[in-house]
Amino acid sequence: MKVAVLSVMKAGVNTVMKFRTLGRHAREGGKNIYRNGWMTVASVGAVTTTLILVGVFIALMLNLNQIATNVEKDVEIKVLVELTAEEGQIEDLESKLKDIPEVESVNFSSKEDELNRLIESMGEEGQAWELFEQDNPLNDAFVVKTTDPNDTFDVAENIKNFDYVNEVNYGQQVVEKLLSFTKYARYIGAALIIGLVFTAIFLISNTIKLTIMARSKEIGIMKLVGATNSFIRWPFFIEGMLLGVLGSLIPIGATVGGYYYLYNNLRDKIQFTFVELLPFNPFAWQLALILLSIGAFIGVWGSVMSVRKFLKV
Amino acid sequence: MIEMKDVNKTYPNGVTALQGIDLSIAQGEFVYIVGPSGAGKSTLVGMMFREEKHTSGSITINGIDLNKLKERKVPQLRRNIGVVYQDFKLLPRLTVYENIAFALEVLEESPKNIKKRVMEVLDLVKLKNKARHIPDQLSGGEQQRVSIARAIVNHPKMMIADEPTGNLDPDTSWDIMQIFEEINAKGTTVIMATHSKEIVNTIRKRVIAVESGRIVRDESRGEYGYEI
Repeated sequence: MKVAVLSVMKAGVNTVMKFRTLGRHAREGGKNIYRNGWMTVASVGAVTTTLILVGVFIALMLNLNQIATNVEKDVEIKVLVELTAEEGQIEDLESKLKDIPEVESVNFSSKEDELNRLIESMGEEGQAWELFEQDNPLNDAFVVKTTDPNDTFDVAENIKNFDYVNEVNYGQQVVEKLLSFTKYARYIGAALIIGLVFTAIFLISNTIKLTIMARSKEIGIMKLVGATNSFIRWPFFIEGMLLGVLGSLIPIGATVGGYYYLYNNLRDKIQFTFVELLPFNPFAWQLALILLSIGAFIGVWGSVMSVRKFLKV
Repeated sequence: MIEMKDVNKTYPNGVTALQGIDLSIAQGEFVYIVGPSGAGKSTLVGMMFREEKHTSGSITINGIDLNKLKERKVPQLRRNIGVVYQDFKLLPRLTVYENIAFALEVLEESPKNIKKRVMEVLDLVKLKNKARHIPDQLSGGEQQRVSIARAIVNHPKMMIADEPTGNLDPDTSWDIMQIFEEINAKGTTVIMATHSKEIVNTIRKRVIAVESGRIVRDESRGEYGYEI
């Protein structure tokens, strides 16, 4: 009788997994990688192909986003002050500009500053303007920046009605077009990346489903021998994760290497334009981490979803 | 040990496989289940480890009431029952050793105990030299011995064999029967569904005959009783 009680206890279903069992599952999952041979190659291939696309796309989108942000930062409103305005009136105007809630910063630029900047920007030809230093025809100006670049238009129209304002410049149509372009570019980019990730998940879970379908009989046998569902599921979980990680290695190498090459070659050529790429370090490593995570996630997701169907024996 | 009271089994397609089964098997017995093909032998033994679910009546196995057994606890039932099939049901990609060890791994035994115990049963079924082979490299008799080793490796209280000699030649069948007798001699209940007249009439044990889903005969030291 005592023996019987003992053996019942021994055969009881453990709810808490022992640590060495986790080790066993990891080994099993690893072994399945090579036991599955070509199926492994197919799954890893599917992950690789899609992640290369995702990687290139993320790099492209984040850089476009960076460029758009830089451009937006440069959007400013130039308020030219009436030539006849006196010092006190200019100060009034400044405080009025600062009181607009959407405004982030207001900088005064005297007509001397304006002339100097003009001379500098024109290089050799600019020297002709030096003649005007004695009799400066330019206006004093305020450079106004809004917190949200999208408010530029409304704020500029508002400022036009202020006293002592001669003219308001903000590159009207250019700014509007640019802003709507960057807005849509972001939406479309985000949608495409999400679409690609889901395509990848679908592709991979289908491939993994094939490898598991071939093993549905084995899963049935395991259950008849007394394996619990989680005991069967764990090696698949680890196998899926390994597949995803393996599949992300080539995309990581390709995107990191490719970005290194492009960054070093393009940086000098575009140095003086408003375009500025995200620096290789840390961007490339962040990208690598993102790809690794996506790979592991879709591998695990694909295999756990697929094995669920076959556990009902 | 095994108690069945008024057990019925009807498949979803309306076919009645078993009806009014009353059965009691004590610990340590050796029982043959005989009967024509399609009489319900496989269904009867399958219900004992929840490969098949009965439709009505009560079944108690090793003190577990199957009517109250939750799906989640089914592995607990199966771990106390070693099962041997006609088609062996070995995991094709695992070695002989790994196949047997699997039944202990699900119990989360320590690797040291697993190794010791697997070697013991490999010795019992005389397959120590084939431990690293995969099932496809073995003969039918050898594969059946592996599945028997797997069935008994965790010291189950009972062993169920569904036509274990169905795919084997006569000589091999006698080897297998010898192993069953050894297991039974150590106190394990053995329940064996079979078609083999020679075996039943030579190794005399309790015989339960099933026909058209009903128990028609239950004799200790009985005969096969059918012409093949």
